[in-house]
Amino acid sequence: MLSDRDLALKSLQYRLQTLELIHSAGAGHTGGGLSCLDILNVLYNRILRVSPETFGDAARDRYVQSKGHAVEALYVVLADRGFFPFSDLETVCHYESDYVGHPTRKIPGIEQNTGALGHGLPICVGMALAARMDRTGSRVFTLLGDGEIAEGSNWEAAMAGAHYKLSNLTAIVDCNTLQISGHTSQVMNSEPLDEKFRAFGWGVRVVDGHDLAALTEALSGPAEADKPTAVIARTIKGRGVSFMENVAKWHHGVPSDAELAQARTEIAAAIAALKGGAL
Amino acid sequence: MFSPEAVALAKECGLVMGRANLEEFAATLEALARADRNVLAVTSDSRGSGKLAPYGKALPEQIVEVGIAEQNLVGVAAGLASCGKKVFAVSPACFLTARSLEQIKNDVAYSDNPVTLVGISAGVSYGALGTTHHSLHDFAVLRAINNLVVVAPADNAETAFAVRAAAALGKPVYLRFGKAAVYSLPGDKDLALGRARLVRPGSDLAFIASGETVAHAHLAAEKLARTHGLQARVLSLHSIKPLDSAAVLAAARECRAVITVEEHLVNGGLGEACAALIAQSGARCRLHIAGIPDEPTVSGSQADIFRHYGLTMEGLHAAALKLLA
Repeated sequence: MLSDRDLALKSLQYRLQTLELIHSAGAGHTGGGLSCLDILNVLYNRILRVSPETFGDAARDRYVQSKGHAVEALYVVLADRGFFPFSDLETVCHYESDYVGHPTRKIPGIEQNTGALGHGLPICVGMALAARMDRTGSRVFTLLGDGEIAEGSNWEAAMAGAHYKLSNLTAIVDCNTLQISGHTSQVMNSEPLDEKFRAFGWGVRVVDGHDLAALTEALSGPAEADKPTAVIARTIKGRGVSFMENVAKWHHGVPSDAELAQARTEIAAAIAALKGGAL
Repeated sequence: MFSPEAVALAKECGLVMGRANLEEFAATLEALARADRNVLAVTSDSRGSGKLAPYGKALPEQIVEVGIAEQNLVGVAAGLASCGKKVFAVSPACFLTARSLEQIKNDVAYSDNPVTLVGISAGVSYGALGTTHHSLHDFAVLRAINNLVVVAPADNAETAFAVRAAAALGKPVYLRFGKAAVYSLPGDKDLALGRARLVRPGSDLAFIASGETVAHAHLAAEKLARTHGLQARVLSLHSIKPLDSAAVLAAARECRAVITVEEHLVNGGLGEACAALIAQSGARCRLHIAGIPDEPTVSGSQADIFRHYGLTMEGLHAAALKLLA
């Protein structure tokens, strides 16, 4: 397992690679990608029992990215985990490329086609039921956005997850508090999310979604016996780049050359500080 | 569903009344599930209306109830199917193909999860319950989705075939069943998805029908033979998609007129699919699309609605004579 410091370095590296990818593709979801990268980092480097070699195994853990628009962050993490070469990402959003702007199963490592919101959790309820029927021991994870929570299908699935006591199911909500038209609290308030999930019969953990140790602990097992787990991850949209943080326009803003250069400088400084601090 | 005259003619032709396709579906599914523990039914408080109560009692581990939540029904079914389950997602066609259309499009068809979507009590089976409970749009919307086979069986033999074929196909399928008892039809016994079933030969005109309308078309053909000496071909297009283009075009080329018949709005269904095919082929024939017109649907039972819109033996007989005049 990666050390805490190496894991933290991965987060910084992923941030830079995600920005570079969106810049070269000329499109992408920047803010929400940066807000969920630490979650993806912990999932793929610490939690999920899945690898390129075991992706065909029935007993693998499953991850379905319900907030499919943050696909660039997922592409970067999957490439880093060896599911495909980084060079594949040069074709993201290009004519006839399999690497489109939302997850598809054409890409190694991706479980389901997503992009329309409110689909991941119902699918994961089905996967978790199948894992229990077949006694595979698989755990099933999905990542939702806090804006996405307004989709009613999530709550149909939340009811079913609790009804069937799916303790192998974890829903992570990337609560970055912003959606495309502004503050989630103003567009359609979804809070208090922890109370909502509790009321639906879920075990709930509320964590700092950029605290890698806290995420590792929160995702390591069910919060309560015989209940699915909701991990409410408090995050910052655009996390890690000063001028992107908490700015709604970076939902799908594409950095210019100058903005990418500035972001690169900031992230390089953070990497240097991390490396220096450990010396 | 059938007038006394139609019942008498059916008897004269040796047609035997079978059970409802929905009951045949449930029995076939139970047989499949007993032989394969990976076969699952997923229901949205619909096991009673899907005739699956005996299945649920016999195989409680192979039925998943999601409550009245059709979006979740299809999403859960997709998740189960992605893990190797052979899933039949069963819900009234009116809700399944409207409320959960996005789940059908993305989670089943686009993600290529081998779910069999079972639209029960389809068309105007729920007649008098009103428009909320009618599915007169399902062919149209599902034809417009890539990677989805759409099947509307006419009789018990086609139903049993379709259920087994769907389970074996390993691809997204939509099956559409009515709840009225249906006649067992003559004709081809060797069935295949994507291939029309020749129910009755003839070349004066052709009825190209689907689902529960096929029996009415067949009786209309028999009546035309008796009243006017006309020999009408009757094709059961159980596969709406893929459509048997060869059979449709052969009918258009070999017959003087074609009447398509469907328990569906005339917009976007079997008739328009055939019309597009025929028009683009250069074949020339008279064509009438029999179905439910684009208007507020008349109230009444399924039989009332069929009669009102000319989908019964009598209505189709009259339509044929008018088209050939």
